[in-house]
Amino acid sequence: MNKIHEDSKVTEELITKLNSLHAKERMQIPVQEMPMQDPVERRSNIKEVALGFSEKQAIIEANRCLQCKNAPCVKACPVNIKIPDFIKKITEQKYSEAVDVIKETNVLPAICGRVCPQETQCQSGCVVGKSLKDINKAVGIGRLERFVADYDRKREQEKNNKVNLNEVSTSSKTTKKVAVIGSGPASIVVAADVRKAGHEVTVFEAFHRLGGVLLYGIPEFRLPKEIVEYEIENLRKLGVKFQTNFVFGKTRTLKALMEKDGFDAVFIGIGAGLPNFLNIPGENYVGVFSANEYLTRANLMKGYNQEQAHTPMYNAKKIAILGGGNVAMDAARTAVRLGAEEVYLIYRRSMDEMPARAEEVEHAIEEGVIFKTLCNAKQIIGNDDQCVTGIECLKYELGEEDNSGRRRPVAIKNSEFTLDIDSVIIAIGNSSNPLIKQTTPELELNERGNILVKENQETSVKNVFAGGDIVRGAATVILAMGEGRKAAAAINKALK
Amino acid sequence: MNKMNKIVKKIKISDKIFKMTVEAPLIAEERKAGQFIILSLDNDIAERIPLTIAGADIQSETIDIIFQIAGKTTKVLAQLEEGDYIANIVGPLGQPTEIKNYGHAVCVCGGIGGAPMLPIAQALKEAGNKVTVILGARSKELIVLENELRQYADEFILCTDDGSAGRKALVTEPLLELCKSADNAPDMVMTIGPPLMMKYSAETTRPFKIKTYASLNTIMIDGTGMCGGCRVTVGGENKFVCVDGPEFDAHLVDFDNMTKRLNSFKDRERQVDHHCNLDQEIAYLRSIQKDTSN
Repeated sequence: MNKIHEDSKVTEELITKLNSLHAKERMQIPVQEMPMQDPVERRSNIKEVALGFSEKQAIIEANRCLQCKNAPCVKACPVNIKIPDFIKKITEQKYSEAVDVIKETNVLPAICGRVCPQETQCQSGCVVGKSLKDINKAVGIGRLERFVADYDRKREQEKNNKVNLNEVSTSSKTTKKVAVIGSGPASIVVAADVRKAGHEVTVFEAFHRLGGVLLYGIPEFRLPKEIVEYEIENLRKLGVKFQTNFVFGKTRTLKALMEKDGFDAVFIGIGAGLPNFLNIPGENYVGVFSANEYLTRANLMKGYNQEQAHTPMYNAKKIAILGGGNVAMDAARTAVRLGAEEVYLIYRRSMDEMPARAEEVEHAIEEGVIFKTLCNAKQIIGNDDQCVTGIECLKYELGEEDNSGRRRPVAIKNSEFTLDIDSVIIAIGNSSNPLIKQTTPELELNERGNILVKENQETSVKNVFAGGDIVRGAATVILAMGEGRKAAAAINKALK
Repeated sequence: MNKMNKIVKKIKISDKIFKMTVEAPLIAEERKAGQFIILSLDNDIAERIPLTIAGADIQSETIDIIFQIAGKTTKVLAQLEEGDYIANIVGPLGQPTEIKNYGHAVCVCGGIGGAPMLPIAQALKEAGNKVTVILGARSKELIVLENELRQYADEFILCTDDGSAGRKALVTEPLLELCKSADNAPDMVMTIGPPLMMKYSAETTRPFKIKTYASLNTIMIDGTGMCGGCRVTVGGENKFVCVDGPEFDAHLVDFDNMTKRLNSFKDRERQVDHHCNLDQEIAYLRSIQKDTSN
């Protein structure tokens, strides 16, 4: 591991020295590397891979920021966090104040610091990275965000250990009631903001545990569940009520919630729905899973602990993952940890077009995932018991640019080859949740089945708002949160 | 909210089959024939299993579930007593049965399939159908819900494989006779039971072009269309049992693939079964109930 982390003492001398640097000198400060769990070691545990900056690293990294007046990083952030301001606070060792700056626009910094694709957002605009002609040399904004959020959380946890939840006031300043459907990132933000405005808030969740995709989708090694639980606990302390095991439209309809149960406004943040399949032969053979199912088994149902968990994981040694996004990486890296001997990631374009975060791809390679780019599954092969025994693939090359601006993959004739595998995980995205269309016809949807919303996130039904994946199809945590922010503001305005 | 899911009544129907009446006000109010719930026994390591809602009472805000001890969860569930709580119940899930007056409705059920059939037979009867129930079991001791099903049946045919009760026949034999009959042919057939029984019921009615539905019970996790674990091939297309089903045109279902997929985790289940320590499990469940009921 790097030396700076080992020698992590922050001295007066260091601070003074760093503060006196000129812009040119700041550009010479070496990029602080994120301390990581050893790649070989981490193959067999589910603990977090990135360990977080030491205080000294954070201060050094924060001093790489040039405090640009026009701050392109702020413009490139989906929720426009005042990035230079919070980084400045770190250089002054005022970490709690730094968190306060972030929380003006982002209530979940510990989560976003970990899962945001900074390289295509804030850090893509960073002047330091541009001057050094390397995006990887941009100021580590995400890492700094994570550092201050973790610092703040640990401090709060120590302080609040003795708070008795029974003493939390659930009384509301207003008589208005708001239902928040789903407990993922968009809903967490809505619940917090609407509750803070004094309204009664109940969060309804379909699963038996809270957190949505943060819990069932994103693996522990990328986002420790302790952090999600902490954020949920914070909502509880605010007086937000929770009801698990509640399927919107099924357990209760929108109409019943508003007319019978007296909710004045509803926010729908129920996330992605049906997993997509390729529609190739063999896709329903035994051993073929959607990434949603695979990850839910492993994460939410704790399948990573097969000694204890009652939910089984399929017994497979050679696994092929189809897809090139973050979910594909999560599935591949989970498979490694669950003891697969060979894990292939099959993606039809090249490494350059891969939508997953560069960091996730890098980690997957380090952990031994075998990348089969420029090829795609043609059919899944099974034995007489319809259990997967192999996958037949076709090689691809890149042709003309398509609508997405990426070069279109074109199959090469007669390029078939077969991989011997015993399980396939399909990670090629989701279609909209079918329950909305079935149960809530009064909501206007687009042709893909996603809920149509106005600028302020209001749906076609008055006082009903929506945000996150159910509106956008597939979004990031930060975008979902941004929409939650907007929706909460609109709800608070509507209930005035 | 934590006071929900209290077991108010428990009846042992047979050696391995139990009926429980459970407090679940919202589900009792919303549920319709053909729908199901998913339950789990703790918030930590328990699995989620789907079970059909066998009945409901809006006044007492309860639902009935009937289950056969088959895996780890049902084994532990069977040990719970009146006054205990089931940690999680979610529902009602799935599409309700399309209930209307078909004319002559024939309900073909085998094994534990009588449980999900019960509310459907009742609803079909109430909709004005002539209801025939064909109930099959391997032997006399394994017959379940005979009396309950009889009350909605205009005609009741009992079959056992070994002839220890009713006719010595598979359910498909009386079904075939009905299909062939000139004045008593079914206008609609509903089949619920082991995959093989449903498959052959469908094959029996196919030549007669009688509308036949099968209610499928596949592996599920969320029950809202998110995981795709429950997918089946119906008419060459991928369908999700949890949101498109559980009932499908039985003539279009790929039962062979469904059966194979049901066995995806068989090795692992046997292993778990072996390690299962019931007493410890029950003590643990009761202890967490105390925690959450405050």
